[in-house]
Amino acid sequence: MIRVEEISKSFGDKKILDRVSFTINHGETFLIIGRSGAGKTVLLRSIVGLIKPDSGKIFIDGKDITKLEKKEELNKIRENIGIVFQGNALFDFLTVGENVGFILSEKLGIPYQEIKERVRQTLNLVGLSNIEDLYPYELSGGMKKRVAIARVIIYRPQIVIYDEPTTRVAPIAVDKIVTLIEDLHKKFSVTSIIVTHDLQVGLKLADRLAFLLGGRIIFEGSKDELRELRDERVVQFLRGSAEGPIKETEV
Amino acid sequence: MLLVNKIENFFRYIGDLSIFVKDVLVWTLYGKRKLKDLVRDIIFIGIDSFGLVTLISFFIGIIIAFQTAYQLKTFSSEIYLAPLVALSLTRELGPVIGSLIVAARSGASITAQIGAMKISEQIDALDVMGVEPINYLVAPKFISLILSMPLLVIYADFFGILGGYLVGYFKFDIRFGFYFQMTFSALKYKDILSGLLKSICFGSIIAFISCFEGLRPLSSSDVAKSVTNSVVRSFIMIIIFDCILTAFFYFIFV
Repeated sequence: MIRVEEISKSFGDKKILDRVSFTINHGETFLIIGRSGAGKTVLLRSIVGLIKPDSGKIFIDGKDITKLEKKEELNKIRENIGIVFQGNALFDFLTVGENVGFILSEKLGIPYQEIKERVRQTLNLVGLSNIEDLYPYELSGGMKKRVAIARVIIYRPQIVIYDEPTTRVAPIAVDKIVTLIEDLHKKFSVTSIIVTHDLQVGLKLADRLAFLLGGRIIFEGSKDELRELRDERVVQFLRGSAEGPIKETEV
Repeated sequence: MLLVNKIENFFRYIGDLSIFVKDVLVWTLYGKRKLKDLVRDIIFIGIDSFGLVTLISFFIGIIIAFQTAYQLKTFSSEIYLAPLVALSLTRELGPVIGSLIVAARSGASITAQIGAMKISEQIDALDVMGVEPINYLVAPKFISLILSMPLLVIYADFFGILGGYLVGYFKFDIRFGFYFQMTFSALKYKDILSGLLKSICFGSIIAFISCFEGLRPLSSSDVAKSVTNSVVRSFIMIIIFDCILTAFFYFIFV
């Protein structure tokens, strides 16, 4: 279980997160939705310990990661977390095979032949084959996203975080990525966190969601609760309308 | 106010760089790494620089020989061309020119590579996977530079001396055997040692500054700035440390 309690984060004078709180239950698909620049990525990076919030607590399986003194303690918790970055973050000097098997060779010291076999199996799981020797720049946007997902699921983390999973993916490949995320969630019964501004994609995948606006959570609950909500800001976002209380400059 | 900010930024930069240097040294000593990664960096930083170093040091040797001969002609002592070329190269120009070439070629490229990784979240990906970026990316480059630089400098010295010999042969008819006999009789171990120690120091400077600058950018335009800063700051630091080390060796090797 992940519990975020009252976290705030500012960069200079700009407040990005303002007393944000929510809970993600084990095994659910949780959606963090909001406009671009609403603070979603900062929130996500705080959850994996890449950014330290100015105040507040983040509990992952009962441990407050904001209070950890040593990097080793944080890395121990991170062994159960995988993140698929918005731009995929594939290592461009390594082949697809080396990327997918990276953590097995660098962290776990598994023999080469075993890594090769597990890479092949994992690539098959995400619908790819015979691309181990290619470099990331030789792949399409959708394939890169699949490889990035394969690199995460190869070590079977309990929590998988997707940052804007359909950004930079061709429209015809979006559905395939959504189906893949759904399948992997069911297959490995992981906790999935999806951060996106794409409402259609988000609502298709999510069990519950949090709506982030201007650095604050203005709604947390199920999809049905969201649809029944009469908050004009949420209604405007759901309609995708420029007219309403959310102004273009407000994020 | 602007001046105060600049001073504050300067000290913040020095502070951050010092912490980074400490981290690199600690990870170099205690971190585990694969020989494959080290070899990849040695090939890129060291072996791929040989061509450029050959070309530039050879011409520098010719230039010094001509300039030295011009002065020696006044005293009719052209025969001392060989030792003067050899001493200038081994003590000073070999390490400095070699380091400047590596800073411009490999240092800039290291900054661009790490900078591109930083802005495309690859550094974050390493961090989240529990692989320390300093150990995986920076320490191998530091080790490669301090191993490659002394070899590159010896190589640069050799080609510089060869350039000097061509001037001696074609202009003053000094024969090969005699030229190199004069060269080696003038060179003392301390001349070569001071050049090699300088090259290790300059190699460290290039590694620290180019990697540190590579880890700073937040956007693609920052990467361009970081590459410029990396080369300019490496040049400045190399020249400052050359001055300090030259004075130091002058006093301890007298």
